[in-house]
Amino acid sequence: MSLLEVNDLTVQYGNNAVVDTVSFTVDRGESVGIVGESGSGKTQTALSLLGLLPRNAKMTGSVRFDGEELLNRGENHLDGFRAQRIGIIFQSPMQALNPYLRIGKQLRQILLQHKIATGNDADAKVNQMLDRVGLPDPERQFLAFPHELSGGMRQRVMIASALICAPDLLIADEPTTALDVTVQAQILDLLEELRDDMALLLITHDLGIVAGRCERLLVFQAGKLVEAGATVAVFASPRNEHTKRLLAAALRADRGEVLAPADAKTVLGVEGATVSYRDSHNARLQAVVGVDLSLREAETLAIVGESGSGKSSLVRAILGLIPMQGGRVVYAGEPLEGPVELRAAAQRRDLQLVFQDPVSALNPQMRVQTIVGEPLLVHESTMTAESRKDQVITMLQKVGLDESYLRSYPHQLSGGQAQRVAIARALILKPKILICDEAVAAIDSAVREQILDLLRMAQHESGLSIIFISHDLAVVRSISHRVAVMYLGRLVEVANSENLFALPRHPYTKALLDASPVPDPLVAPVAAPLKGEIPSSVSPPSGCVFHPRCQYAENICSERRPELRQIGGARVACHRAEEIDLSS
Amino acid sequence: MLLRLLGAIPTLLLVIVLAFLMVHAAPGGPFDDERVLPTDVAANIQAAYHLDEPLPQQFTRYMAGLLRGDLGPSYRYRDYTVSELIGSGFPISLQLGALAMALALLVGISSGTVAALKQGSMLDRVVMSFAMTGISIPVFVVAPVLVLLLAVKLQWLPAGWSGESGFAKFVLPVITLALPQIAYIARLTRASMIDVLGCDFIRTARSQGLGSKAIIRVHALKPAMLPVLSYMGPAIAAILTGTVVVEEVFGIPGLGQFFVRGALNRDYTLVLGIVIFYAALIISLNLVVDILYGFIDPRVRQR
Repeated sequence: MSLLEVNDLTVQYGNNAVVDTVSFTVDRGESVGIVGESGSGKTQTALSLLGLLPRNAKMTGSVRFDGEELLNRGENHLDGFRAQRIGIIFQSPMQALNPYLRIGKQLRQILLQHKIATGNDADAKVNQMLDRVGLPDPERQFLAFPHELSGGMRQRVMIASALICAPDLLIADEPTTALDVTVQAQILDLLEELRDDMALLLITHDLGIVAGRCERLLVFQAGKLVEAGATVAVFASPRNEHTKRLLAAALRADRGEVLAPADAKTVLGVEGATVSYRDSHNARLQAVVGVDLSLREAETLAIVGESGSGKSSLVRAILGLIPMQGGRVVYAGEPLEGPVELRAAAQRRDLQLVFQDPVSALNPQMRVQTIVGEPLLVHESTMTAESRKDQVITMLQKVGLDESYLRSYPHQLSGGQAQRVAIARALILKPKILICDEAVAAIDSAVREQILDLLRMAQHESGLSIIFISHDLAVVRSISHRVAVMYLGRLVEVANSENLFALPRHPYTKALLDASPVPDPLVAPVAAPLKGEIPSSVSPPSGCVFHPRCQYAENICSERRPELRQIGGARVACHRAEEIDLSS
Repeated sequence: MLLRLLGAIPTLLLVIVLAFLMVHAAPGGPFDDERVLPTDVAANIQAAYHLDEPLPQQFTRYMAGLLRGDLGPSYRYRDYTVSELIGSGFPISLQLGALAMALALLVGISSGTVAALKQGSMLDRVVMSFAMTGISIPVFVVAPVLVLLLAVKLQWLPAGWSGESGFAKFVLPVITLALPQIAYIARLTRASMIDVLGCDFIRTARSQGLGSKAIIRVHALKPAMLPVLSYMGPAIAAILTGTVVVEEVFGIPGLGQFFVRGALNRDYTLVLGIVIFYAALIISLNLVVDILYGFIDPRVRQR
């Protein structure tokens, strides 16, 4: 008998089945991955196992855990299984933890409820658990509120809460989606380490995460289980068409073609750009420090870094959306100065921006026709309504949509369609430079490839230069000619793609590459390359800001700030770049 | 916090200026009567109370007194100062108001929570339609109806105040005052409780097998109380306003009654004194609410 047996599970809202006659099993101690795109029913399946779906969800079929039926049983019955037999970790630990309660109290309550420990025993057990999940100084963190912790630390608390009763099955629903790659690697390692002989059901959209970590794979599509099998077998010879598409769309940072550098003249130059803010405690936060960068004609320059690296601040300052405290930006021989609304119209139309979340970046009150046509209304005020409409239609066709979308509102579009509309709006003025700020981060992998193709095509047709901001090196590898790596507001390495991916020169670049999940079960996942988290930009470390996390750090690294130097084909800010060997 | 305290001063000053101007702009004066006084006598009285001076001068004089804590003499209750009148009326109004507020919180929060938990049920509908009624019917209608029903017809409770002793005389005025607040707080609690119960962290608590009692008590109640707490400021103001009507209807010698009498008699100092006293009271209670808010929401506290 398997630990978990799911038979013909169906979840319906009204007549709409979001999970459709799904059957699978999980054995004791086994790790099983559920993969699929957004809306494929993977989270709904996970929630239904523990009876956590909203009341209007209708569930049929059977979910047997250790021989006992769980589906449609009363809360009291389920409470005996929750936490004690089955633990669950949710995606976004900020929303999933109670912001009004100290974390120690949240964990303690679980022990009290299940009568596992009381009083000082419970406190001791909580501290012990916080220590096990790697929270520094657990006794102090016991009293912390969730918002006082970083995203990675919050997810550690979430894991502690799921494991504190030592369940037999752990369900992890996109446990690392909201986290930076280096932290993601730490969390996945932690799960592996603590799991022991516990069964794991790992739900994710990222094939790279399940590849090296799950024994079996379940592939979901539109509520149905379309393929199941050993991970190695599914990757090697997928039988289902959808699985094949998913595998084909999975990008990898460790191998594959890279683009040769574009050998053309510079269109945009950034010299010594410095951006700082005051944070909520009125402390000065150095978001960007002395960044020198250039963008060439018809080139895609990727800016890579984790949250807090200053990549978004840098491009916002270039666009004039936020003020720059130092340095200058030169576009086509002219300085780009001041806030965007004071800049010349020609400069404004030549630089356009695409955001990460297309649905919230589009005005929900406007139809697609108005959204895409609006730039023309501003910059081509003499154009007749009819020719404007013609241009909008032509533009929509270019991005793979057609006339039928003219009257749609943003909420009626899928994520991919909305991003096409956002790109159409950005390209309708035929800009010289397009800035994409995590433009494909929120989009399913199959659609992501189409969006990337769209960008490549626009570049090919009109010589568009693209600044492509991303945290995902696999995506960057597939689209960019050159890569600039940022850490804590500083450039640490700038190199052509062919150099950077073949031989990273900076230890941080190397760590980012190692932390990128590889969608290949034959490549063993590398242990988390970096310890700790990104320090605060309010009081950055001395010398090289990366030195506290760098395994190659020596005395000089904490004393002197490294300048960007030309080494081989790259510009690198590392004192020891020549000595250390980062190949492998 | 000190900044918030200092920020309250301009507000209070504005209230004083506006109240002063409005009182003096009202037609007639404190000593106008059916029986017309001889001109020289009238002039003497006016001079004695400095009412013959230009308005700015009167204002400066009043403010100087106010800074010393002196609200001046009442023009109508000749032997009393305004401070003495407030001292005699306020304890009664305070008792009424505090009892009404306590009742409103107790009944409002519990019925709102129950309605939220049984959302869509018969009980929920009963609570909500009662709340709707409570909000729509004004105090000056509820009070006479309650008196007619419970005091006159059924004779369960006293209709008036004077001559009664013990707790019974409080029942009708307190219920009258509390009713609209019960209604409002019940609706607020229900809405915010439903919001909170839909949050991800409640789903987390359910996944930990905490059971509905612990979920409400440990996880949901605190955040669900935030909107209710924000409403405490306006609620206090509404109850104070309510006491003016209720004291008049039930013949209670509280501050509200003095206020009405003062306004009708153009007792400038008394009206001004009560307005300033109430304004200061409402402003400081709002400050207390703000402090409590930070106490519940840790993210506000640290800013």
